[in-house]
Amino acid sequence: MSDETSRGDSAAVRVRNLVVGFGPPHEADPVLNGVSFEVAPGECLAIVGESGSGKSVTARSLLGLAGDNAWVRADELSLAGFDVRGLSESGWRRRRGRDVGLVLQDALVSLDPLRPVGREIADSLRLHTRLGAAARHTRVLEVLDRVGLPVAGNQVRMRSGELSGGQRQRALIAAAIVLDPPFLIADEPTTALDVTVQAQILELMASLKRAGTGILLISHDLAVVGRIADRIAVMSAGRIVEAGPAHEVLTCPEHPVTRQMLAAIPADKPRGLRLSERAAAPVAPSLPFPDTAVRDAPRNTVLEATGLVKRFTRPDGTKQVAVDDVSFRLERGTTLGIVGESGSGKTTTARLVLALTRPDAGEVRVLGQPFSAASEKQRRLLRPQLGAIYQDALSSFDPRLSVDDVLRDAVAGGARRTGRSGASADRQRVLQLLDAVGLAQGLSGRRPLSLSGGQRQRVSIARALASKPRILICDEPVSSLDVTVQAQVLDLLDDLQRDLGLSLLFISHDLGVIQHVSDQVAVMLGGRIVETGSAARLFAAPEHPYTQALLGAVPRIGA
Amino acid sequence: MSDLEIQAGLGRSPRARAARSSRSRRFGVAEILAGLFTLFLVTAALFPALVAPGDPLGINPLSAFQTPSPAHWFGTDESGRDIYTRVSHGTGSSLLIGTLATLIGLGLGLVLGTLAGMLGPVVDFTVNRFLEVLFAFPGLLLALLFILIFGPGVATATVAVGLATAPGYARIIRGQLVSVRSSAFVEAATVLGRRPGQILLRHILPNTLAPLFVLGTLGVGQAIVWASALSYLGLGAAPPAAEWGAMLSAGRIYISSAWWMSFFPGLFIVLTAVSATALGRGIERRMRHA
Repeated sequence: MSDETSRGDSAAVRVRNLVVGFGPPHEADPVLNGVSFEVAPGECLAIVGESGSGKSVTARSLLGLAGDNAWVRADELSLAGFDVRGLSESGWRRRRGRDVGLVLQDALVSLDPLRPVGREIADSLRLHTRLGAAARHTRVLEVLDRVGLPVAGNQVRMRSGELSGGQRQRALIAAAIVLDPPFLIADEPTTALDVTVQAQILELMASLKRAGTGILLISHDLAVVGRIADRIAVMSAGRIVEAGPAHEVLTCPEHPVTRQMLAAIPADKPRGLRLSERAAAPVAPSLPFPDTAVRDAPRNTVLEATGLVKRFTRPDGTKQVAVDDVSFRLERGTTLGIVGESGSGKTTTARLVLALTRPDAGEVRVLGQPFSAASEKQRRLLRPQLGAIYQDALSSFDPRLSVDDVLRDAVAGGARRTGRSGASADRQRVLQLLDAVGLAQGLSGRRPLSLSGGQRQRVSIARALASKPRILICDEPVSSLDVTVQAQVLDLLDDLQRDLGLSLLFISHDLGVIQHVSDQVAVMLGGRIVETGSAARLFAAPEHPYTQALLGAVPRIGA
Repeated sequence: MSDLEIQAGLGRSPRARAARSSRSRRFGVAEILAGLFTLFLVTAALFPALVAPGDPLGINPLSAFQTPSPAHWFGTDESGRDIYTRVSHGTGSSLLIGTLATLIGLGLGLVLGTLAGMLGPVVDFTVNRFLEVLFAFPGLLLALLFILIFGPGVATATVAVGLATAPGYARIIRGQLVSVRSSAFVEAATVLGRRPGQILLRHILPNTLAPLFVLGTLGVGQAIVWASALSYLGLGAAPPAAEWGAMLSAGRIYISSAWWMSFFPGLFIVLTAVSATALGRGIERRMRHA
């Protein structure tokens, strides 16, 4: 990387020409190929890249955790001025926690579920210092206070399962900084969090930075990174392809990979603007739909929910209202976006609409006919009108079936057709579907397990389209995808909607995605819809305080 | 699909796939040994004369209690019968008992487990309480009870072992059914408009039954040990018959002077159980990676 200037000996971490590979050195290609960077105290360097680009391996190499069969070579690899090349395992153990702290993505699995978090945090004090029990306790309270976990709330004694996602992430940061390391590695620290919590955690990390900690932030999300990073390095295929001050990288990207990642961010991009570079082939000719002309037809309601209520009984017997008096209408050919944080009742709403669970009150009507109130037998006649796409595409496929089996089942409908003509018609239709979602026909023999996340979601879309539905229910369809793959899938849905006249109920926690895809938006909080309106109005002038808070918390580039 | 995703889909995964397949397809030493031993057992069971041409019941008092030697690989017993011949000829009945008992256990377990898993909470509750009562008895005790009622013999021992293993299978099948039934792909099939019967046949049963194959392989080893235990107690095959448990029992009184009489039948019981387990685990691992 060319624009790296020397920073003197004060660097918290310095890496020069880092090469990491797995397996025998002469056989396999290295996973990291000549990565160089340094982080000064009080500075935040963000490494950004798609999954598989090598950013996590970089972070792990700095902790001596690259893996058992990994080999690590570097011209220079130093933490706080100490050369850590060829360090033994016990040598690493002395460094970890003291010279470098680590914050991981999923705090629930990173914290021992059976031990109070206070104890967990005190562990590294016990290992690395000679503080007595009382002094350790004081230090733990100090750190918890610093990360904003109110000590009065007894969180010291709570276990990780009893804390909320944001609290867990705070506890994890507390554990990482309890020894006051000059350097902190944060690997996707906010990916699993809701936007408002994400904003708080980023603010916390910014305050650590101001206090002099050097931070290496690993993320796939350029917008998040823009909030606290001073410099950004973009990784692709094991190399840093672009690096520079955050503002420059985000506003005048030079490398195509950076440009592609920036273009793929859906927020603030008007509806219909393409996010990915290349368009899929036009799908309408290959997919004969019964009424493709509907997009020009006068608008009318295809899906209507009135006064939906769903209560769950908690294990301790108390009732929880998951969905509380939710009503909405989906007009033909448009997209209704439902946005909310985890626990707001979005997914329960989707399940109610699909009649996978029975509402305690209220009704869902599909194409003007009763749906939730009908018997499953009557519903089955309407089900082909509703396609569904799920967040976890993989688990929605029977693990024994190949892509071809999955689609053939969907195409054949309830009655598996027999006879040669029926089978070949089905075969034809499966090929059309694969074509429509931009999947190579050669993939049809594979099982979904061996496909990439984007390919799986395409199969899932193809399956949803098999019955020629007029409505698609999409529950977080792109949440588990990389931003560029997400862009391709969003573009595909957009194309399909336009060409086939589909109406979409699009559920997401991601305001940027919702803003990009929706005509109408409903904001959910605690099981209720607190605000609805056209996407243009709602994002320009949010009325409800919660919507305002949500919008304020969204990380935006150039904000 | 854009270039990027093609790279993501094809550029990365072949290596990963190759790594995965080489890990799961290559046979371990234990699997190869277990496979060879099982091959020998199957040959001995189908064509005992092929591996041991002698007569398993042929008495020759002159050569009684001979130590293992080139002439008698496993030595001879108190009547001068060749232990190796007897062990080889006993393979058939041991394997047959083990396989039949496992099939009986699996069959009963399948019926009970399916009832509990499919027919709603009342049946589920009843079957579960019934299974818990059965679980309260140790398996072998359950088998002994059955033999007490129907009298000893190879047939009753087989059924008894099958009965004793059934509660365990029923539990596992029920759990598997319940988890498959609530899985996302079954919901997805419902959303596609499939009828419950179709979902049961196409998705629920195949995904429930596939793991049973592994379970059965593991179970055969266990069943052979139990059947041998019953014969050892004199409740299965009767002494002159060449059956491993019965031979073990016959050798018991001579254990201080003629250790080989009980050692080799015992060794075969152990090796058979170990081989079945190794093969079962191997199949299980392969299926998980498939």
